[in-house]
Amino acid sequence: MAKSISEINLKIKQGKAVVATAEEIINIARDKGLARTAREVDVVTTGTFGPMCSSGAYLNMGHSKPRIKLGGGKVYLNDVPAYTGFAAADIMIGANALPDDDPRNRVHPGEFNYGGGHVIEELVGGKDVRLVASAYGTDCYPRKQLETLINIKDVNEAVLFNPRNAYQNYNVAVNVSDKTIYTYMGILKPRMGNANYCSAGQLSPLLNDPYYKTIGIGTRIFLGGGTGYVAWNGTQHNPSAPRTENGVPKRGAGTLAVIGNLKHMSPRWLVGISMLGYGVTLAVGIGVPIPILDEEILRYTLVTDADILAPVIDYSKTYPQREPDVLAEVSYAELKSGSFKLQSKDIPCTSLSSYPRALEIATTLKEWIISGRFLLSEPVASLPGIEAGITLKLLNERC
Amino acid sequence: MKVARRVVLHFPSRIVEQPLIYNLIKNYDLSFNILKASIIPNQEGYVVLELSGEQDKYDQGIKYITSAGVKIESLSHSVLRNEDRCTNCGACITICPTRAFILDPKTRMVSFDNNRCVACGLCIKACPPRAMELHF
Repeated sequence: MAKSISEINLKIKQGKAVVATAEEIINIARDKGLARTAREVDVVTTGTFGPMCSSGAYLNMGHSKPRIKLGGGKVYLNDVPAYTGFAAADIMIGANALPDDDPRNRVHPGEFNYGGGHVIEELVGGKDVRLVASAYGTDCYPRKQLETLINIKDVNEAVLFNPRNAYQNYNVAVNVSDKTIYTYMGILKPRMGNANYCSAGQLSPLLNDPYYKTIGIGTRIFLGGGTGYVAWNGTQHNPSAPRTENGVPKRGAGTLAVIGNLKHMSPRWLVGISMLGYGVTLAVGIGVPIPILDEEILRYTLVTDADILAPVIDYSKTYPQREPDVLAEVSYAELKSGSFKLQSKDIPCTSLSSYPRALEIATTLKEWIISGRFLLSEPVASLPGIEAGITLKLLNERC
Repeated sequence: MKVARRVVLHFPSRIVEQPLIYNLIKNYDLSFNILKASIIPNQEGYVVLELSGEQDKYDQGIKYITSAGVKIESLSHSVLRNEDRCTNCGACITICPTRAFILDPKTRMVSFDNNRCVACGLCIKACPPRAMELHF
């Protein structure tokens, strides 16, 4: 009775596919039972929307007259430096890039009001962006200076290419020290005065397919409001992280590298973010469809916030000093209640990723599939699973 | 009739050293609770306070302090949320000292209650998409 992706696609084209979000499927399966739900439901849609630092976009600017070789030169977009180690007209802008004259943490905590993430948001929003470039000049590319406005509609290609997104689970950050600290996990008050987490929990893509049985290289996804693809496993992909009995990782584990046409995306789903005292980044919206090929795959999508545990980590010492200590494990159900107990202390907690936006993504993807405008793709290769025996390498210095 | 309002008083530098709040309290029988203040000699200053008393006295008091050169604003208009930028992530919730951000446990949408806000400004820099704005 197992289904295939091409059978599901046929139903999508006929307008007959049955689709549920990863939130809805929990109650559907509770009411109808596993076997019947696996037969009746074709796709479960997931979603996540949060700061994802390893994000960036590459652009081909088109050639100026006379030509300039941006490759090996210097390029700024709205004063934010872009990477120029490619051919003459190709550049890449990373979400964490900062203007050279940003004061950073000179007055701590720095505000980081504008950077690469904001440039990407403005580009995708159709705003003009100022390009300033300098080059050394060659016989074939004689020009040395260029200053112009550019617009996403006028460049040849604008491609979002994020090396590490959609972390399968993440740390809960606290601060055990006596002073406030400013981290990529937000502002952390002293003596565990608060805790921040960052995951869509039961809606999150890789938590609904913990062993990467359907999500693989080539999987078509919702990316930044347009369609994109899983390009590779993300950096730091670590399938060997400890798991619960039902297979759900209890630590940050799998990750995705994703790619898609920036021209078809929207600033609602790519938002420039400022983390006080830390830097700039980009909040990215991702939704992954999971084809319900059999009962086993369905069972993984029934995961609830109560089943998913996250590690509580001290960001004042343990994290910066790369120590292994985990203070506790808490479930997303506890985290979403607004506080959890640790060392007989009630710690107020909140999220850095937006659950309402994650739900909107899962719902949008569901509508795309029901209306026939989004077909599932067959992965061309699997992501490395537990059998790959990957261990996360650390940088140990040597001479 | 009794009234209680949260207001922002802006003091131009030339009157910062006058005992205006003292006069306001003494002559108009108003009670007050200072929520936030920044007064430095010879510079512009402001005080955020909750003023309460009888309506007619309150009106007279406001008239007095306005004629003395103080600009008055209702506090609820001072910190605003740019709804287009807010993503409802929730980063503000545990930062706000007066619990002005309230999470709907069902939808997980975050609402901003102006009446609880004392315009301390902590949320402005803590908000990752910078959706909170101070308006004077």
